[in-house]
This record gives sequence, C-alpha cells and structure tokens, in this order.
Amino acid sequence: MKKQNNLNNTQNPGQIHDIGIKRGAGRLSREKIASVLEKLIETEGGARLSAYINTCVHCGLCSDACHHYLSRGCDPRFSPAGKVKQTVSTILAKKGKVSPEFIKRTCEIAFTECNLCRRCQLYCPFGIDISYLMLFIRRACHLLGVVPQYIQDTAHSHSATMNQMWVRDDEWIDTLQWQEEEARDEIPDLRIPIDKQGADIFYSVIGPEPKFRPQLIYQMAVIMHAAGADWTLPSAPGWDNSDMCMYTGDVEMTARLKKVHFEAAIGLKNKRIVMGECGHAFRSVYDVGNRLLGWKMPPLPTVHAISFYSELLEEGRIEIDHKFERPVTFHDPCNIVRGRGLHETARYIINRVCKTFIELEPNREHNFCCGAGGGVINCGPPFKTKRVESNKVKADQLAAAREKGAEVVIAPCHNCHGGLEEIIEHYELGMELMFLSDILYECIKKK
Amino acid sequence: MHAIYELAGGFLVWAALVIFAGGTVIRMAWLAATARKKDAAVFHYFSFYYALRSILHWIVPFASRNMRLHPVMTAVTFIFHLCLIITPIFAAAHVILIAESWGGGWWYLPDAAADIMTLTVILGCVFFLIRRISKKDVRYLSTAGDYILLVIVAAPFLSGYWSYHQWSGFEIAGIVHMLSGELLLICIPFTRLFHMILFPFTRGYAGSEFGGMRSARDW
Repeated sequence: MKKQNNLNNTQNPGQIHDIGIKRGAGRLSREKIASVLEKLIETEGGARLSAYINTCVHCGLCSDACHHYLSRGCDPRFSPAGKVKQTVSTILAKKGKVSPEFIKRTCEIAFTECNLCRRCQLYCPFGIDISYLMLFIRRACHLLGVVPQYIQDTAHSHSATMNQMWVRDDEWIDTLQWQEEEARDEIPDLRIPIDKQGADIFYSVIGPEPKFRPQLIYQMAVIMHAAGADWTLPSAPGWDNSDMCMYTGDVEMTARLKKVHFEAAIGLKNKRIVMGECGHAFRSVYDVGNRLLGWKMPPLPTVHAISFYSELLEEGRIEIDHKFERPVTFHDPCNIVRGRGLHETARYIINRVCKTFIELEPNREHNFCCGAGGGVINCGPPFKTKRVESNKVKADQLAAAREKGAEVVIAPCHNCHGGLEEIIEHYELGMELMFLSDILYECIKKK
Repeated sequence: MHAIYELAGGFLVWAALVIFAGGTVIRMAWLAATARKKDAAVFHYFSFYYALRSILHWIVPFASRNMRLHPVMTAVTFIFHLCLIITPIFAAAHVILIAESWGGGWWYLPDAAADIMTLTVILGCVFFLIRRISKKDVRYLSTAGDYILLVIVAAPFLSGYWSYHQWSGFEIAGIVHMLSGELLLICIPFTRLFHMILFPFTRGYAGSEFGGMRSARDW
C-alpha cells in the first residue's frame, strides 16, 4: 500500500517498545536469520504450508472475519491475508533472506495482531488455516530468539516450574488448603482432595487460578461437593493445564508440559480429566499437546468445565436453588466453540440457571474474538492500547447486547476475561464479567 | 500462418494437455509425499464425511455465512466458475472438432448459450479486475501475478468470442484462442489457478478438523 493511511502511533509498525523483540532482533544478522529460516522451512514447512500459501487467490474474503481489521477502519494490513503477505509469504518468497528489522515487524504482527482465533478459517472459501501460518511465524520467532518479553517470561516459568506463573510447589498446596479452609467456613464438611488415587475426576486449572483467582478453586470445590463428585487435584507439577509455550512457538516445551499434565492424571489412576474454565488450556490439552505426543486423541477422556457442569445439571447431580436474576449475555470463546463446539452446551447451562439470556450478534462459531487469546494479552502492558483499539468491534457487539438489556457478560475462559475486562473498562461499557462457575456458585443448592 | 495454425491445433494441444495432467499429478504427488513426511497427522484426521460436509457447504451458493455477507461476489463467483468450466467442455465447436478428430463426441451447448456464457466469463474477469483495484484490502493483497492470471483466464474466452463472431482479424483471433487456451491449461498446475484442484483438499481438511476433532461447523 503506497499511500499511508492517517493512523495514530499505535497502529504504525514498530512504534511499540518491547525489550524482548528489540534485544532479540539486536542479536541477529541477515546470515543467521537466513540459516535459521531455511532450516525451519526445510524441516517443518510441509505440504500444509505450501498448499495454504499457494491456494490463496488473494480474494480478500477473509478480511471481514478479523476483529483487528474491522476495528482498525478496515486497514488492509490487519486483514488475515494481509498479515500473511507481510510475514510468511515474504519469508518464503525471499527464502528466508530478510533483515532483523523485518523480523521485528513480523514478530509484532504474529504475536500481537493475530489471536489465532480461527474465525477467518470459517470465512476463507478454501479453509486456509491462518492461525497455522501465524504459528509457523511464531515458531520462527522462537527459534530466532525474538519473542515479546512478557509472554517469553511465562514460557520461562513453564520451563522452570511446569506452571505459567512461577507458583512454587508449596504455594500451590498451600493455596488449595487455604481455599479448603475458607470453604469449610461455609460448608463444614467440604474437602479439596489432593492426590486421591483412583478418583473419578482429575481436576486441573491454569496457573493464574492459584495466583490471582483462587476463589475459582473455592467455587469449583463447592460445586464438586454439591454434586458428590469423586475428584482430586495433584500436589505435584502437572496441576497446571495452561500453556503459553504453544503460543510462543516452543513446541518442545508444549509437549513436555502436556506430558506432565497427562502423566499426573494417569499416575493417580484417575478416570478422566476435567479442566477449569479456560480456552487456550483446553486447546493445548485437547487439540495440540496430544498431537505433539503422538496421540490422535488425548490419552484419557478430557472435558472442559462447560461439559462437566452440563452433565451435572442433566443428571440432576446439582440442583438450582434460584435462578440468576440479572439479564446475561454469553461470549463464545474461540477455543471451546470453534475449537470444541460447546456453544449449545453452554446455552443449555445458561438457560437452566439464568432468568434472561440475550444473545450477542454474531454468536456461536461466528462470535468475535475477545482480543486477548492466542497469547496476545500475555504480551503484556506494552501492547494494551493496541489490544483495545484492535477490538472496537467487540465493544460494539457488547454494547448492542447491553442496549437490549444485558448486564452481565458470561465468558467461560480466562483469556477472554482478560480481554473483555480491558474492553469493558476502555469503552466504558459498565457491564459485569462472570465465569459460569460464579453463576452456578451463586444459584445452586449448596449441600 | 497456416503453420502456426497447424502447430497450435495439433502438437501444442497435446503438449498442453500432457503438461496440465502431468503437472497436476506431479504436484499432487509431491504434496502427498511431503505431507506423509512432515504433516503425517493430516492423514489421520482426514474424514471423508466431514470433508464432504464442509465442501458441500462451500459449493452450494449462499450456504456459508460469508457468502451471505457478500451476495454480489457470491453470485458472480458461482456463475463465473460454472461458465468457465462448462463452456469449453460443451462448446459446439470444441465437441465437433473432437468428434471429427477421434469420432464420438458428446452433447453440446446451443451456440447462443455458449455465446452468453463466454461473455459471462469475460464480464466476470472484468468484475474481478475492478474488485481487485477498487477494494482496498484486495488491492493490498494483489500481486502482478494476480492481474496476469486474470488476463490469462480472459484471453481464450475473449479471442473465442471474437473469432466466433467473425469480426475483423478473426483468423488471428482463432490462433490466439488456441494458444491462449493452451497457455491457460499449462498454467493451472503451476500458478494460483491450482486452487481449482486443491479446493476439495484444503476445504475438506478444514472440515475434517472442525467436524471430527472440534465438533464445530466451518461455514
């Protein structure tokens, strides 16, 4: 595009200072980049890469799928195919002979201008998987050592502790016991069973739960108790099902993390894994980690909290004491809706528990991304303004539901919470954000 | 000129057909072998049922949300592609030539229909060209190759139309028609026109993953 649009600074390439990108690129030379990229294309750039890149007829039909593009005044650089053009297509055309400056910009696009939400795959007539292409670029960035600092820090935490948040082993156990103690004030015989051999359910959460949102563990314990579930959490690493390495391109670490997670459940002889309300972790365990470890499907049944809650309601194992009064709307998270088709299951729960349900438009598989997923929010504060500006379309979508009366937004995903929280605050929407477990905790009969 | 006519109507037809078929087979074989080596999972996740389900939603007009969002583009695309494929196979002149050369032949289109369909392809190319230039996002994506391909696709139809109507210089138009048709065939396996062959595979794979693994719809 020859003519420069009238854009503000956050939209102009390379304006955001990120030390991980800057220092990483500073260590590179053209020769080093070429040798790394050539090797990557040779070893990992297979038939999918070739088919996707060469099938794209540059029709632009993917543009309208992308919240970045729609939110940025339809700036073509933010369209899915536009991002491919600026990154992977150029790298392939130049056979990896690109400059450190190019890698900086490429890194920023792949990490902060695409949420890997796969909405565009539903809009491309050929089903081209842009998230696969952006992950290929992130893999390249990882191998080149050019990754935004904040998300790289979480990847380091994964490597060192096998959890995302530098939670120490004793802190984890301590948090579980603390939540058990708190919950016993409310329900005296409640337990949070640790390392229970042979329990039906291996419950796993993401690192940020013990770190920032321990009440979610409390709430789940109350739900499990009410349902009379035979459940447990492990004391050792493997309790954290999250995975930022999947998003930094560190596939070796992703495989290690998922192995530890599966082995924790298998080691305790638990019958299945129930995962907390997180989307990316579900993608990592259900769709990505299993493949990296050589399993077509996860080695033991793995379900997201939504499926679990719905099962409890259907089987009558939990009962609704009173319906949730305030009108709610529901944000379909990409990784469990486009990634697992749980949209109707979630609606079943909401209709059972809430009095008034107002749909977002568009919804289900066509819902707009939260703007945080795909590791984008994990790139941290340097990109906050960019993130919220890149998702005005989400703000408009939420505002339309608010006009119809919705007061509460339900989002059963941690990343979505992060993203929607920023959007609700920035665009002054005045809506409250909740997990399904918040609603269930409030409305079920506690035993 | 007679010599060129002979060449374009004889040897080059065969050459173009062989290059088209051979190129397609070789490229598909390369993709399959590379997938076996580097993307082996593709074969495990591929499901005929879900592939077909997805393909059907994308070859039936307005069956996907994106098609409904762009009704003009959808209508033009469908009509254009249908005419592009049907016209050369069922044009009376083509069928008669084949029948005269090898005997046999098959049903052919009435001349008036083929005429309209040819014009539709030409106008379709003009539509795509205007869209490519006028839509900011499409213009941004467009490379020189994309414009050249449009010309390559339009050329045999334009020259065919010209020669059928016997406008001035139609003898030359006839030769251009044969040469450009051969060029179009040759280009299919080596350019983005290969989307014609790859469509069922990329769409089918997306459908397989969405349907089989993720229990979600991809249209």
